Amino acid sequence: MSGVHAAPFVQPASFEFTPESMEQVNRHIAKYPKGRQQSAVMPLLDIAQRQNGGWLPEAAIRAIGELLGMPYIRVYEVASFYTMYNLVPVGRHFVQVCTTTPCWLRGSDQVMEACRQSLGVRNGHTSADGQFTLIEVECLGACVNAPMMQIGDDFYEDLDADSTRRILDDLKAGRTPAPGPQIDRQFSAPEGGPTTLKETA
Amino acid sequence: MPTLTIDGKEVTVAPGTTVLQACEIVGVEVPRFCYHERLSIAGNCRMCLVEQEKAPKPIASCAMPAADNMVIHTNTPQVKKAREGVMEFLLINHPLDCPICDQGGECDLQDQSMAYGKGATRFHENKRAVKEKYMGPLIKTVMTRCIHCTRCVRFAEEVAGVEEIGAIGRGEHMEITTYLEQAMTSELSGNVIDLCPVGALTSKPYAFTARSWELEKVESVDVHDAVGSNIRVDFRGKEVMRVLPRLNEDINQEWISDKTRFAYDGLKRNRLDRPYVRKDGKLQEATWAEAFAAIAAKVNGLPGTKVAAIAGDLADLESMAALKDLMANLGSPNIDCRQDGAKLDASARASYLFNSTIAGIDKADALLIVGSNPRIEAPIINARIRQRWLGGGFRIGVIGEQPELTYDYDYLGAGPGTLGEVASGGHSFAEVLRGARNPMIIVGQGALARADGAAVLAAAREIADTYGMIVEGWNGFNVLHTAASRVGGLDLGFVPGEGGLDVEGILAGAQSGAVEVVYLLHADELDTSRLDNAFVIYQGSHGDQGVKHADIILPGAAYTEKNATWINTEGRVQLGNRAVFPPGDAREDWTIVRALSEGLTGGKLPYDNLGALRRRIAGEVAHVTAINDVVPAAWSTFGQSGPLGDAPFASAVTQHYLTNPICRASYIMAECHAVIEPAQEGTGTHG
Repeated sequence: MSGVHAAPFVQPASFEFTPESMEQVNRHIAKYPKGRQQSAVMPLLDIAQRQNGGWLPEAAIRAIGELLGMPYIRVYEVASFYTMYNLVPVGRHFVQVCTTTPCWLRGSDQVMEACRQSLGVRNGHTSADGQFTLIEVECLGACVNAPMMQIGDDFYEDLDADSTRRILDDLKAGRTPAPGPQIDRQFSAPEGGPTTLKETA
Repeated sequence: MPTLTIDGKEVTVAPGTTVLQACEIVGVEVPRFCYHERLSIAGNCRMCLVEQEKAPKPIASCAMPAADNMVIHTNTPQVKKAREGVMEFLLINHPLDCPICDQGGECDLQDQSMAYGKGATRFHENKRAVKEKYMGPLIKTVMTRCIHCTRCVRFAEEVAGVEEIGAIGRGEHMEITTYLEQAMTSELSGNVIDLCPVGALTSKPYAFTARSWELEKVESVDVHDAVGSNIRVDFRGKEVMRVLPRLNEDINQEWISDKTRFAYDGLKRNRLDRPYVRKDGKLQEATWAEAFAAIAAKVNGLPGTKVAAIAGDLADLESMAALKDLMANLGSPNIDCRQDGAKLDASARASYLFNSTIAGIDKADALLIVGSNPRIEAPIINARIRQRWLGGGFRIGVIGEQPELTYDYDYLGAGPGTLGEVASGGHSFAEVLRGARNPMIIVGQGALARADGAAVLAAAREIADTYGMIVEGWNGFNVLHTAASRVGGLDLGFVPGEGGLDVEGILAGAQSGAVEVVYLLHADELDTSRLDNAFVIYQGSHGDQGVKHADIILPGAAYTEKNATWINTEGRVQLGNRAVFPPGDAREDWTIVRALSEGLTGGKLPYDNLGALRRRIAGEVAHVTAINDVVPAAWSTFGQSGPLGDAPFASAVTQHYLTNPICRASYIMAECHAVIEPAQEGTGTHG
């Protein structure tokens, strides 16, 4: 359960996988031996969340329980345990800013502040137009390129206040900013290019 | 067989035994919260830490299998320090509200903090608070007190068979709840109250009514179904405050059904507390002498055949024996204890017992259920079947209704036709029974209380004979009763004598005028409107169905108010003990019959105290002296082979929470009926 605060909202009464989703669902279920379909619960929750605009309605939990022959409470336990599942609606762009120690040392406070100002929302809240949800999260595992944030499925790394603002402005304008390091760095190589192992054999 | 040393004592234990169990064998007490011998091992409370030589750190003894040459210490400073550390962590978020907690005085955490608590806290931050959860009308929750032992989660999943409780969230935000805070739909849900080692789950009806140490306690036997669960009745003054289970491995282990536990408030309502006599068409308060005189005026001089008696579901053995003697004195053969009209044969004891015994279910390897829904007729037996089913290698077939049971079963068919097919070997389930070593059959009252009941009984016996259910050391023929009185009544022979009328005959006779006087002993589940023409004497505890057409009301005692003998569906003889006195002028039931006899033809019954009456019963029914035991019944041929009807079998119980006058007077049961029963019908959590 992530710490997203949602405005009052209505749970949809029912949930159905689309045919495209169902194809993925069946692929995941097929990975496990008969009688062990429950192992597919996590990918199924993810598929349902993606299909439903980034959050998991209660009806989806029931639908998955029925699909996998699991009691609802068991599905709900999984969905509530992992922070990656959102049980309340989130904005179209789900902005997760890492504030764990390495990112914090490298200036995540400025990144967070830039997000707050650019989006006009507090931590855990969704912008009035429903486009952005901002939330602080624990380590996302990209410490080498700290500070960083995750928006949707993409990591934006080596941020500062300016680059953060630029990325958010791009998203607001409907553009797709390039993910990855926002400075002169390739993946997690040293800044400015490799310093060792330059020659290929 | 691993041999290990615990605190210097060497002990050899069975393979698979845990270190904690081995400690118990040598008599070393190990504190624990999450471990429970009837649930799977979770190992998450860490309170049972012990020191193992050559292990780098303390081990959780509940989750560590005992192994050869282990050297365990449980009383070293390291162990004490480790447990104190665990306790300190547990108490970080546990509120110090013992003075207002219903668990206070019987709380594992409170008790163990006496040994391992530090006395002062080093935690100065905010404690976490957790919102209460709704779990239904029976369970009160104070979730801030929860220490996340997950006993309730495991109980719901493993014993009750309804996976509705779970732990949501993680870490500090973990919370125990039912799915979307719906009521738990188990008929065993109250047991989580006993299992909870702290005050997170407590009894809602009992909330804030008493402290455990101010209650007096009496060990007794439950009568709400025919299982005879062992209970402890806690009372204060004149009032029964709560009912708890007692350990009995042969019957209820340590569980009791919600009906057993929570119907006690029905003991305080709708009670008959003085005799009544109908004068000028209206029931009016009377003295015992007036009531007895009115009966004598009516009965004396009447031929015995015009008098009849029916013993109901809550009649104890002693009062039935006294009433039987009274009817014999009056020359009446018209007595019957089979209130529901079941075609049970009192002459063959094996024909009406749960012969395999409840503990015998553990040994069975195939089961055929006929016309019964054990889940609502006998939740404790249902839990035992589930326990056996979880062990694997146990096929279950059901003929009758298709209820949602807590185990998988093969649904064979609805009615006697399928029963006949199984009996003749033409059904595929016959192979399952044939291949089993200890097959068993459970015949419910729903299959017997019908016109072709005797033929159904015969067909069931045939199945038992054909498929080797009756062999040396194993009798798999079982009748599941729903009434606590039934086996006792049948053992006594409280059935029509030579030319006597059965229940249906008595009701018909009362309508036609052939029967003028009907004596109802705790008999309420009858169509009493058919007794309108007769002079009806009702003896019982509650103003329920039976009093509606009564001309005389004799106030009797409920099961918590008398010393009485009960024989459960297995034929096990058990003694119920008096906790409180009957209200007002009400009396123990056998004494009423005995007092009444003085003024009637045939004179005073020859016993002046309970001992004398019990000796009189033992003279006729020898096995009643074998208290707490089951005397096996000899196998014989019984039932009447004949044509089977077409009507499908239906369970004898349709409204689980409203089966007898005590339940029907209970507000708690009424709420369960309103909240839980629709939920059980409405949803299948297994999709």
